[in-house]
Amino acid sequence: MLGRDRVEVGAAARSLYSRDGSVIRGGRAGIVCFPETTEEVSGCVATAARHGRPFVPRGAGTGLTGGAVPCDEPVMVVTTRMDVIHEVDLERRLAWVGPGVVNLDLSRHLVGTGLHFAPDPSSQQACTIGGNVANNSGGPHCLLYGVTSAHVLAVEVVLPDGEVVVLGAEEGRAPGYDLRGAFVGGEGTLGIATRICVRLTEDPPEVATLLLDFDRMEGAADTVSAVIAAGIVPAALEIMDQRVIEAVEPFVEAGYPLDAAAVLIVELDGLPAGVAVAISRIEAIGSAHGARTVRVAADEDERERIWKGRKNAFGAIAVIQPDYYLNDTVIPRTRLAEVLARIYEVIEERDLMVMNVFHAGDGNLHPLIMFDAREPGVMERVLEAGEEIVRISVEAGGVLSGEHGIGLEKKRFMTMQFAPADLEAQDHLRRAFDVEGLANPAKVLPSGASCGHVTSLGRAPEGTWV
Amino acid sequence: MGVIDLTALRDEVGTEGPVCVRGGGTRWAVGGAVGGARVVSTPEGIEALEPAEMTVVVGAGTTVADLADALAERGQEVALEGPAGATVGGALMVGWNPLRRGRLGEVADVLLQADCVGADGRVFTAGGPTVKNVTGYDLCRLLVGSLGTLALVGRVILRTRPVPEAWAWMGGEVPSHLVLDAVYRPAAVLWDGTRTTVRVEGHGADVADEVNRLVALGLVETDQPILPGGRDRWSGVLPADGVLEVGAGVVHRSDVVAPPEVSVGVRALGDRIRDAFDPARRLNPGRDPHRVAA
Repeated sequence: MLGRDRVEVGAAARSLYSRDGSVIRGGRAGIVCFPETTEEVSGCVATAARHGRPFVPRGAGTGLTGGAVPCDEPVMVVTTRMDVIHEVDLERRLAWVGPGVVNLDLSRHLVGTGLHFAPDPSSQQACTIGGNVANNSGGPHCLLYGVTSAHVLAVEVVLPDGEVVVLGAEEGRAPGYDLRGAFVGGEGTLGIATRICVRLTEDPPEVATLLLDFDRMEGAADTVSAVIAAGIVPAALEIMDQRVIEAVEPFVEAGYPLDAAAVLIVELDGLPAGVAVAISRIEAIGSAHGARTVRVAADEDERERIWKGRKNAFGAIAVIQPDYYLNDTVIPRTRLAEVLARIYEVIEERDLMVMNVFHAGDGNLHPLIMFDAREPGVMERVLEAGEEIVRISVEAGGVLSGEHGIGLEKKRFMTMQFAPADLEAQDHLRRAFDVEGLANPAKVLPSGASCGHVTSLGRAPEGTWV
Repeated sequence: MGVIDLTALRDEVGTEGPVCVRGGGTRWAVGGAVGGARVVSTPEGIEALEPAEMTVVVGAGTTVADLADALAERGQEVALEGPAGATVGGALMVGWNPLRRGRLGEVADVLLQADCVGADGRVFTAGGPTVKNVTGYDLCRLLVGSLGTLALVGRVILRTRPVPEAWAWMGGEVPSHLVLDAVYRPAAVLWDGTRTTVRVEGHGADVADEVNRLVALGLVETDQPILPGGRDRWSGVLPADGVLEVGAGVVHRSDVVAPPEVSVGVRALGDRIRDAFDPARRLNPGRDPHRVAA
């Protein structure tokens, strides 16, 4: 079915494909397959099913919750060679792409057409669109444009028994249940996307990027909810705290004031008058909440530098501590200031360090705990703090994950948010897609076999983004 | 604003016998007839309305119009539409996208959390209260357009949006692609075979600019068009009295339409989902989302 060059059984490959972008270790990969067509994916999956073997779909492996980490020597189905942009229909504003197409490669391909693919996870230079579909990925600009699900029109899927179906439609709702909507975000437990029809979004005629700095985090957080309450929905609203500013500024020279407690990046887009009015209203709202300065990027170069600092924030942490553990929760945005204060307390109580750089506009927190794993006993404190952050978020009316998913990392926390009847309903969906329970088992729902422990936290692989 | 309670709905649904929910009854025939099922009703009222969160917590039995009025007072709106009397639950279960989908978004992206009564008579929650959430499986998107065949939705949390400052409907005998080239993210574009009608929205000065560009193309300000009552999938050919929602895949037409084609695999998967949620097929029996064209 697959040539020898597209199947790896050696120890090195099996070891390499046993990890993903997360700090979670599970089991070991079984045979590693690199299909190039839908038929080949179907063949891999059907063969696994015939032998009662589990399979794990995998894109670029940039996931942060262990979604692509194998348990029980599964067949690894790696889709990175399915990287063809099959069709771009500019008039109907859609494109059919292979799951292995890298997110940023699609955007680059579209430069000059006046259209773009809106989901922009910070890992976009490496992550694949198949992975974006599996995780329902977000990114800074999903505040206005919505997460991946809002940009996937249809998807060709190899179901866990090898059958091929097309879910959704190029235009409008397909008849029947919204199986497309149910599949997106399935974390590889519902099947494997083999062709994806994405919506292309019009480039905005005008874009403005603002940088506000504050000497109190509360000022930045309260500005965010005041902006939304005023009826302004920026394209992006991102906050970085003092520790991030200190780590990033020397490398990027974005112009973040080093003595600020927090900076707020605001991006506005649309038609010129609306953007101009929103700029002046945000200046006023920021000043009323203690913004020391409000800078509007004068040109493309300045805009890029402001964003470069945000997008590379996590690359800069290596200078502070060798290891890190990144969380991802969502809270109501009106409670940002209070929850952040609690998180800083939790960290201080455990003698740890944290930096916060996050999608403030939709209340999506990304606290990053930094530590040195060689220090005895530190791991327990890190895990305890991580769990406490999740608990605080849920108690504040929030949820376990905003964009990284559940994977192996958070399935034990699912009962914090969901009652048994809620989880049973979710399992109904999963079992309808995966009758035999072979698709990426032991992920997402807390029931079933256990595998993978965050206790095996280790150094994150090169090039992790958030 | 009281807390929306599902106890009465749960008790009415019980654990046995066919049951159906009747909202406003404005789209009662969509997806088939429920026959002699016992009729239950869902809670009404608005529990919380939070413009700073862009969310609203509402009972499924609340009318779309009442919700729209309450939201408008706070400068917000939601991507649900329906004839007079239509309910929030009905609009979600039918799942038809709003005409102004280009700005308001799609119904699938509106439902953040649904508290439901399942076929086993137990209450369960799908989704979560925040505007961004990938915790577990996306049951909310599965519920939208499900015609109440998987669970009966009682209390929902919806995503809202700020109301645009200005808007205009413009129409003229101009091809729709020329209109699309002239405006940025129009709320709606309609084509009836000769005329394009477009709705532009946004800041006052921007809308005025877009109106000027459209006037230069030959369009004039017009009323919102009255659409034929039937709804069909866009097949690439416009029927005689049809009006196409450009880019939305929907044709409004007066005549009764044939059921859409559904692939064997998609139908089988849909049936497995229905059997998993409701093995006895007691929830809105007789209705089938596979019969809904668009």
